[in-house]
Amino acid sequence: MIGVGKAKQYANVLDKPLSRGRQEVSLSAFAFLFSELVQYNQTQVDNIAELERRLEDAGYAVGARVLELLCHREKGNRRETRLLGILSFIHSTVWKVLFGKVADSLEKGTEHEDEYMISEKELLVNRFISVPKDMGAFNCGAFVAGIVRGVLDSAGFPAVVTAHFVPIEGQQRPRTTILIKFAEEVLRREARLG
Amino acid sequence: MAAIYSLFIINKSGGLIFYKDYGSAGRMDTNDSLRLASLWHSMHAISQQLSPIVGCTGIELLQADTFDLHCFQSLTGTKFFVVCEPGTQHMEVLLKVIYELYTDYVLKNPFYEMEMPIRCELFDLNLSQAIQKDRVSLLGR
Repeated sequence: MIGVGKAKQYANVLDKPLSRGRQEVSLSAFAFLFSELVQYNQTQVDNIAELERRLEDAGYAVGARVLELLCHREKGNRRETRLLGILSFIHSTVWKVLFGKVADSLEKGTEHEDEYMISEKELLVNRFISVPKDMGAFNCGAFVAGIVRGVLDSAGFPAVVTAHFVPIEGQQRPRTTILIKFAEEVLRREARLG
Repeated sequence: MAAIYSLFIINKSGGLIFYKDYGSAGRMDTNDSLRLASLWHSMHAISQQLSPIVGCTGIELLQADTFDLHCFQSLTGTKFFVVCEPGTQHMEVLLKVIYELYTDYVLKNPFYEMEMPIRCELFDLNLSQAIQKDRVSLLGR
């Protein structure tokens, strides 16, 4: 994600067209900003669950805005109303705009009907982050989980979204799985729609 | 085969923040490595003052009978140095690579406290890969 396109300067932000194609920012700049975000939130909390929640809330605001923008830019002011539609929208469209690539996989949970998983071998936000041993299973992917929750919630699919490290066999680094657990009402609506 | 004996990273006040040895030669215990790191820090500072050249940045290479010591100092005063077999080539490049890994996997890590000992899994992982690659390329020559 290196290399910044030279954008034309607009005096008024409202004059700027929304569909400006793909713009990329420096990965280093993002990594430092994200690192500061985590460090700041760390000073505001006294336990890890609280830190996770704060990161998720930060992501939620991004998700809500991203949905708004992408529905306008990519889908001609229409948004997905079906479960699989919105999931593949997140897996491909949202991921591509945010991280420059489609997510590695989108799977349905085997044990529960209401669970879906988006997995990423090397999540962009975790690229430079090593979580210390004493923080247990804490994952900075909570921010991305928050983005996913923001998109889903704003699109009318309330869900609980969490980020987890999942070890892969034969690999030193675990992958990150974003676990999505939809609310009951969503599944009931889906069943009714057939 | 040319070999690296050990790698040190010291912060701007001379404290050892990272130490790793490779192979049996020149291995030392924790106290010795701390002592050597601060010794090098002082020698480096004195050499800057003693040098007849204006704007000298300190010792870059120390050659002894049994080892070479290559040092790289970043703009912020963090020093990286490797002790290696006499006559080992391309150590400057390796030090730059290590510096790059430090800026990526240590400085961008929100859980690292500045000037404190480096305990980052990703840094260790990428460092051993870089050293491995360096060994392979040395063997290939």
